[in-house]
Amino acid sequence: MKAWHFSENAYPYLPPAESYPSIRVTLPNRIYDPEKGAALYDRFIDEWLIAEEAGVEIMLNEHHQTATCVDPAAPLVLAALARLTRTARLLILGNPIANRRQPVRVAEEMALADVLSRGRVEAGFVRGVPYEIAAANANPVRSNERFAEALDLIIKAWTTHDGPFSHEGRFFHHRMVNIWPRPHQQPHPPVWISTTSPGGAAQAGARGFIQATFLTGFDATRQIYDGYRRGWREAGRGDEVPIHRLAYAALVYTAKSEREAFAGADKLLWYVRANKVPPYFRNPPGYVPVAANVKMLRGAEHPLSAFAKGATVESAIAGGFMFAGTPDQVLAQITKHYDHVGGWGHLLIMGQAGFLEHDETVAGIRTFAREVYPRLKELYPDSAISGLRQGAAGPR
Amino acid sequence: MSRKTIAVAGAGLELFEAGQGAPLLWLHGGEGFDPRHEFAGLLAARRRLLAPSHPGFGKSSLPDWLDGIADIAYLYLELLDRLDIRQTDVVGCSIGGWIAAEMATKAPERIRRLVMVGPVGVKLGPADKLDIPDIFAMPQDALDRLLFHDPARMKTDPESMSDDELAIRVRNLETLALLTWEPWMHNPKLKHRLQRAAMPALFLRGESDGIVSAEYLQGYARLLPDARTATIAAAGHAPQLEQPGAVAEAVTRFLQE
Repeated sequence: MKAWHFSENAYPYLPPAESYPSIRVTLPNRIYDPEKGAALYDRFIDEWLIAEEAGVEIMLNEHHQTATCVDPAAPLVLAALARLTRTARLLILGNPIANRRQPVRVAEEMALADVLSRGRVEAGFVRGVPYEIAAANANPVRSNERFAEALDLIIKAWTTHDGPFSHEGRFFHHRMVNIWPRPHQQPHPPVWISTTSPGGAAQAGARGFIQATFLTGFDATRQIYDGYRRGWREAGRGDEVPIHRLAYAALVYTAKSEREAFAGADKLLWYVRANKVPPYFRNPPGYVPVAANVKMLRGAEHPLSAFAKGATVESAIAGGFMFAGTPDQVLAQITKHYDHVGGWGHLLIMGQAGFLEHDETVAGIRTFAREVYPRLKELYPDSAISGLRQGAAGPR
Repeated sequence: MSRKTIAVAGAGLELFEAGQGAPLLWLHGGEGFDPRHEFAGLLAARRRLLAPSHPGFGKSSLPDWLDGIADIAYLYLELLDRLDIRQTDVVGCSIGGWIAAEMATKAPERIRRLVMVGPVGVKLGPADKLDIPDIFAMPQDALDRLLFHDPARMKTDPESMSDDELAIRVRNLETLALLTWEPWMHNPKLKHRLQRAAMPALFLRGESDGIVSAEYLQGYARLLPDARTATIAAAGHAPQLEQPGAVAEAVTRFLQE
């Protein structure tokens, strides 16, 4: 089991939410004070370094035109972290390659950061959440297809070492692909994928990529992991899916007392409470399948948006979106989720949000690292197998 | 109204047909073609009305290779070959007007007279101002106010629609996004080709159209050698839906000249 400290680098100093229609895409950047922003970058980078010191790995991500995540060029921050850290793995999850016009450039960025960090990059790729579409002016239709072609091209660029190759695909065209530097890790940095559908997970499983899922609770996570395990087995990778192929992202806050932990955890709920986005940015045409849109027109709601309306620490824990409490409570909550979904080997800790101050963030990281993490590693070694039935003696 | 499917270049095109006489090719806008609409009956009473659903609209399939308006223009020129129609009148609404304009630049001899109803497809204004508002970045009620003269009357309630009808509506919108996303609602080359479209042309616009401005319509019409403009009262971006009688009348009168 590996744990990763993940911070979205939010800029929380905003006017009342009633005064703007969307925290994403259209919120004017006159609200952003670069001095305060600089202090925030310093602070968030310090917190990553503290995580490394505590033995926790590092994760960062990328969003655009939003106060929720002021990291619109994650490879730049990745490069800074590559020089500032020594031992931590550096997970970027991820590069929104359905919206990037030049996949080869992304391959170059990741290779550079991998060399700079002497082989510590974990390269994640995402289609990009729907509200990235407007910011990137990316066509919302066929983005899965663009994603797939871009990823194949990136891996080929990383692994081709004998001079240029050409690519004339459906979406991307290059006559001379020959990247310098090539990645430090061989054959290339581990590839992570984030998907929320069992079908997408099956494809990730077939390729053996590391599959991450964010805030999908109990049942949806199990379905996604089932998809992954099915894809893995059907591709002939064997019956046993190691837990280190599966990752789960949750809001996590650990403290000595439940009262203190819940107070910190409540501040983490800024993640879901502050994410005010109107439907036209939340669901551009073609982002989800026609049938899913028909269901939405009939009133169906995404489980997370239903939850976000009345989110409390208790309901977030009950829903499997959050692990919070004393070390014993956090361990029990993780174990419950782990068992329900079949097991995972990476805990992506959304450990800072909104007004969770520096001292509080650091206390959360350190308490987790000291009191929970060693027990997790002991209970769930990397050699553990995902998808075993409870109590079953061997692989299914 | 009869309905059949014709395969062209890998697309299964749904084609509605009704009426007798000289052919009239009707190219629908983003809302798709519905044979129950009143204007369809009015036109079919006077002409042989041919109304395909664009690829990805209605029940027409969407081939993987197709992602632009010009692609559809080529499909329809081939469709005319299949139907053995050497020349036809064409009416195009909104993106249907854009398709018609592309056809008229590629094969002007195939179009006898051309009617454009609230057409998009060219970029006339400055780089820092959208000619066509971003319909994918506004609430539905704001969009309805741009689309219709009388939004309250024109609004359709999903509750009253079947799953099949809803699926068509959703898919139409998806295909509209695919075709128009970038460059937004236009082909930068088109305005340098429209001088080839020398057939008599009528550009119509609903007076309350919030999508296509009067200035845009005038500027678009000026790119063709023989085009004039007219306004439909008490109508928005889809005057054929809000004022079917007035549109059928204006179209018929122009085509009979």
